[in-house]
Amino acid sequence: MTAPRSRLSVPTAWTRGAIGVLVLFALAEAMTRAEFVTPAYLPPASSIVGETVGLLGDGEFWDALGSTMWATLLGLLRAVVIAIPLGVVLGLSKRAYRASVTIVELLRPVPSVALIPLATLVYGRGTAMKVFVVTYACIWPLLFNTFYGMRSVDPVAVDTARAFGLGRVKTAVRVNLPSAAPFIFTGLKIASAVALILAISAEIVGGGASGLGIEMVEARAVSDLQRSYAYTLISGVIGLIVYVVLEFVEGRLFAWNTSSEVES
Amino acid sequence: MTAVERLQDVALRVAALVGLYLFWWFATSRADSLFFPEPTDVLPAVWDDWLTDGDTWTENIAPSVVRIFYGFLLAAVVSVALGVAIGRSRRVSEYVEPIVHFVRSIPPPALLPLFLILFGIGDTQKVVLIAVGVFPPILLNTIDGVRSVDALQLDTAAAYQISRWDRITKVMIPSASPKIFAGLRISMSIAVILMVISELLAATDGLGFRILQASRDFAYVDLWAGLVVLGILGIVLNAGLSMLEHRVLRWTRS
Repeated sequence: MTAPRSRLSVPTAWTRGAIGVLVLFALAEAMTRAEFVTPAYLPPASSIVGETVGLLGDGEFWDALGSTMWATLLGLLRAVVIAIPLGVVLGLSKRAYRASVTIVELLRPVPSVALIPLATLVYGRGTAMKVFVVTYACIWPLLFNTFYGMRSVDPVAVDTARAFGLGRVKTAVRVNLPSAAPFIFTGLKIASAVALILAISAEIVGGGASGLGIEMVEARAVSDLQRSYAYTLISGVIGLIVYVVLEFVEGRLFAWNTSSEVES
Repeated sequence: MTAVERLQDVALRVAALVGLYLFWWFATSRADSLFFPEPTDVLPAVWDDWLTDGDTWTENIAPSVVRIFYGFLLAAVVSVALGVAIGRSRRVSEYVEPIVHFVRSIPPPALLPLFLILFGIGDTQKVVLIAVGVFPPILLNTIDGVRSVDALQLDTAAAYQISRWDRITKVMIPSASPKIFAGLRISMSIAVILMVISELLAATDGLGFRILQASRDFAYVDLWAGLVVLGILGIVLNAGLSMLEHRVLRWTRS
């Protein structure tokens, strides 16, 4: 049915994608202009875009963005430092792996947002609280993907390395780790999306001094619909930027690898 | 796996659980902190105040589960219909995929303040939030699944003059269903997160509401018991989905 993608179809895909976005924009604009939808639900698309652009010139917005991204990054880093070494070490032994998967399966279903009320009591309403929640949530996808990566190594490659006289540690570093790396990166991609979700959630639920979530709640408190749409749009753009950057890095780092998708 | 290995495996898992419990008990009794009650207090509370308490079932557990169910159902119906339409044509998917990817990039909780303005604080807002949050992964997986349907099967069905509706419902959707279920599985944890967060912000019942109340009353044992119950709910929902998948996809393993 579908022909393999030729080099030519890439520009058409871009054009069609752009047309799709423009049509949606025009449709939303027309529906509100024709009073098909009341502005109480959907302000004209052009005014939402105008509001979004206006926010970019607002110092308060950049402070909020900085605060959210700082907590996101810090929490993600902490999760990386905790989960990846742990996953690598536990993943090396079959028994340790099985035992720890049992524990992970038990702890992972606790939705991380439910920890926000407890975290605000323990850490107050600041960066520390956000970082804690982000860290907790990011540990699971990182740990899971590292586990799978370590277990998915080709046993022949390990035996070969051992046969050539490489020690346990050297085998782990030279053979297990490189073959686990694409999986670990998949975990990092999932975790970075989770990190942003939890940072914004912690701000929305827990409150605090500054952050995108705080701005959203404030816009809601005065029922500023236009601004609420603008923030939703912006959070989507941020999510998209994070995704695109990580995809690009992945393409660069693991061009040799075909595919290693583990869901989490 | 031989019988001995299987037994060893079970023993290992039980040992891991016992170890986890001992760690929890040891850490909390050493820390002696109000925030971190001991499991000997939390686990009885899970049983007495949550799982065997009638009011908890009607006021906390049932409303939450119902919200997840309707949100999931709404998202599944819409995204399977859309996914079939989009997945059948490369051209259509090129037009709409950037939009879907953009919607997927929005951190779902960021929609909550907006939806509170649009839909108020009632159940509609919560169900719509869950539905919109789980919609992108289900849709993208459905598109993927529809694309991977064997063209020969569809052509054969067409050659035998099977109607378009039957080709979609009896050939296309069944062979896309493993992918659709993969999308549902990914979505389950998102659904639980959105259920909880919508109940933490503006609600009068549900599991999130109870946890928020407990934290406001500094009732730490009840708070921790609530977290345990949420974990159990997550495990039960995932197991339920697996069972459904197992039944529906039985034919794929012949």
